[in-house]
Amino acid sequence: MNEEQVKVPILEMKGITKRFPGVLANDHAEIELFPGEVLALLGENGAGKSTLMNILIGLYRPDEGEIYVRGERVEIHSPRDAAALGIGMVHQNFKLVPTMTVAENIILGMTELPLVPHLEEVNRRIVEISDHYNLQVDPTAYIWQLSVGEQQRVEILKLIYRGANILILDEPTAVLTPQESRELGKIIKLMVSEGKSTIFITHKMDEVMAFSDWVRVLQHGKVVAVKRTADTNPQELARLMVGREVLFRLEKEDVTPGEVVLELQDVEARNNKGLPALRKISLQIRQGEILGIAGVAGNGQRELAEVVTGLRSVTAGKLLINGQDLTNRPPLEIIKAGVSHIPADRIGMGAVGNMPVADNLAMKGYRNPPFSTGEMLHPRRILEFARRMIDVFRIATPTPQTYIKFLSGGNIQKAILAREIDACEGLLVAVYPSRGLDVGATEAVRKRLLEQRAQGRAVLLISEELDELMTVADKIAVLYEGRIMGIVPSSEADIETLGLMMAGVTPTE
Amino acid sequence: MRIVFEKRESISHWAVVLVPIISFLVSLLFGAILLLASGVDPLVTYQAMAVGTFGSWHSFTETLVKATPLLFTSLGVAIAFRMKFWNIGAEGQLVWGGVAAAWVALFWSKSLPGWTLLPLALLMACVAGAIWAGVPAALKAYLNVDETLTTLMLNYVAILYAKNLYYGPWRDPEGMGFPGSAQFPAAAWLPRITGRVHLGLIIALIFAFLLWFAFNRTRWGFETRIIGENQTAARYLGINIKRNIVIALLISGALSGLAGAGETLGIAHRLQQGLSMGYGYTAIIISWMSQLNPLAIIFVAVLMASLLVGGDQIQIMMGLPASVGVVLQGMILIPMLAGGLFTEYRLRIVRTPKIEEAKA
Repeated sequence: MNEEQVKVPILEMKGITKRFPGVLANDHAEIELFPGEVLALLGENGAGKSTLMNILIGLYRPDEGEIYVRGERVEIHSPRDAAALGIGMVHQNFKLVPTMTVAENIILGMTELPLVPHLEEVNRRIVEISDHYNLQVDPTAYIWQLSVGEQQRVEILKLIYRGANILILDEPTAVLTPQESRELGKIIKLMVSEGKSTIFITHKMDEVMAFSDWVRVLQHGKVVAVKRTADTNPQELARLMVGREVLFRLEKEDVTPGEVVLELQDVEARNNKGLPALRKISLQIRQGEILGIAGVAGNGQRELAEVVTGLRSVTAGKLLINGQDLTNRPPLEIIKAGVSHIPADRIGMGAVGNMPVADNLAMKGYRNPPFSTGEMLHPRRILEFARRMIDVFRIATPTPQTYIKFLSGGNIQKAILAREIDACEGLLVAVYPSRGLDVGATEAVRKRLLEQRAQGRAVLLISEELDELMTVADKIAVLYEGRIMGIVPSSEADIETLGLMMAGVTPTE
Repeated sequence: MRIVFEKRESISHWAVVLVPIISFLVSLLFGAILLLASGVDPLVTYQAMAVGTFGSWHSFTETLVKATPLLFTSLGVAIAFRMKFWNIGAEGQLVWGGVAAAWVALFWSKSLPGWTLLPLALLMACVAGAIWAGVPAALKAYLNVDETLTTLMLNYVAILYAKNLYYGPWRDPEGMGFPGSAQFPAAAWLPRITGRVHLGLIIALIFAFLLWFAFNRTRWGFETRIIGENQTAARYLGINIKRNIVIALLISGALSGLAGAGETLGIAHRLQQGLSMGYGYTAIIISWMSQLNPLAIIFVAVLMASLLVGGDQIQIMMGLPASVGVVLQGMILIPMLAGGLFTEYRLRIVRTPKIEEAKA
């Protein structure tokens, strides 16, 4: 009966371990892929999915472990080696040259071509492949003219053109509209029916169910579960992905919520591509209350945080802070209304790498005494403050004068946290505050959030970790495709329902 | 074993001092090759340059005369570069400053009391320079127009317009065809301190110290640095980027305008050919070599001025063609600029036991 056991895997990865300084990205991870099948890799951010795939295509070398392709042990030193074995990958950020045409991008870097490639011939083959898979790509179009979905099809075409038969797609639908995602699904089905194999990285449950034959769930670099898609269900997968056990038991005081601090009324906003990112968002947070926002990354979390902090304009609706209408007001006014923000992008937004830790710590407070009097800055007071913050928040830095870019990610996060918590006077917007932090630091972050709550501040906590939301937040709202699927008190929430809502399934009650 | 080039984790104080000195010695070595190829003794030539720039009180004052406009424009450029606004229009801003100062000196002397002439001329020079830098700044801040092109193009407008003035409407009728305006009334002259060194040098030095203070001790300096280092962070921190760009560039242009005023009111006492000598471009090199530090700019500006004066000297004293002087300046600059890299990076020899590890 079990055909799979008779089939020979086209690809096997055995005992793959990869360490980065301070992080175990892969821990004896195992992969098996059969011809003509789709394997879904499921896991939270930082679970080690991308690292594992980067090893497979030769961008990283594993510290331990072996790779077998068609039963033979192989050493993959570069993407070129991978391509020679028929392995190709579509990355989350496309690797295309915008000012060149589709055809030029496809043959770019191919060594087997003559010095002057016969472009007509190339174009003809592209059209051939494109027609066959219904990719609808014009070889003479320039990349910058194409939509994201079209660019992704060019990436797929590039792999097929170069003869790949093991295709790795890294969160391919994260950048696509639902329609484009369905198109992609058809393309994958067709490729698989011709004997090609696909590894599909995702954290959307419905896609796993729709496209894949096998599922492997990764947690902290380890494969924690191997399931046949037909034998599992979204609830089980959600549980496996998030991990059942809640890591911490934190003391959560009883706080009676006070006045409404933040109120959104039917807020709509667009993302950077101009597509709707938030649809009719309405919510309220009171003093002494933590509202958690759950959801898979890319469902409007970033936009929500930016709208609340004035970094993104809303196209409709109202933003009220302490009852004051601050819709589409500049960030400074919102900061002055007492809003602090721990941004998702620490290095890009939250810190200035080429400036000392001390300066970074003072970047919110520098406008007011004691840091400044009028225009005059007081470096000594800034330094004193920095020393105190470094001590209180246990920021590991050689000196307060060290440029912050030389600190580890976790310590940069602690510095941002210190600055924002110190400056907070009403609302704290925390976006993935514990992402990438070690166990101790994570606990510290959560304690700080609860402290803020106890002091009567309102907290908007955006997180991907359900256990974090369930331990810290008072209420959890689930965001899916820019909509709030529902708001549940965290005492009544369970991971399975939340997981389903995150995947866009409305709870049936 | 292999040699790696890696970024220093903190800037070494030794490197800051030693690197420029060693670079300068390398520069002299490079220059010597050129001089040998031109058939002159490098040692004699360098001696002539040194004597011609620092050898006597008179030659030193001439070096300071050249250093004055360089100091003004370099400070102006440094303000803009600090925000990563690539103002390469200091030359045009300088020219406009000279023109505006000349305008006050030439046409307002009859209707205004004498003592107001000089302050007004300086003020108008600031305003003219500020406008010339403010326009590209506003275009960049509000319409995202690339500033390198606008500031560069506006240079030509300014230079050619000034030329039109002293060849045309403003030409001195009694000047016997010489391209230049009439001499300014003495009330509009910048007082001389010694030799041809005028009050402009003192003003420039004051600005250097003021700017150092502003960069390091004021909220404005703090905000401009954040904007220059990370615009996304600046926006997130509530800093008004657009307004800051415009304000900084107004100051930047005003300083270059003062350079032009110094040249017309302090040296030539008329608007004439030779106002645009390329100081505004040299300023880019100076502020870069000084790592945008206003106090360092003082020393580098004097050094560059000595190169300019020294280049002239070797033409006169060694009988070398003018172009050799210019090439020599270039040869000396390249190692100085390249050397700057070593204050931020270092070479390290790494022993690698296995090839495998080196790859990973």
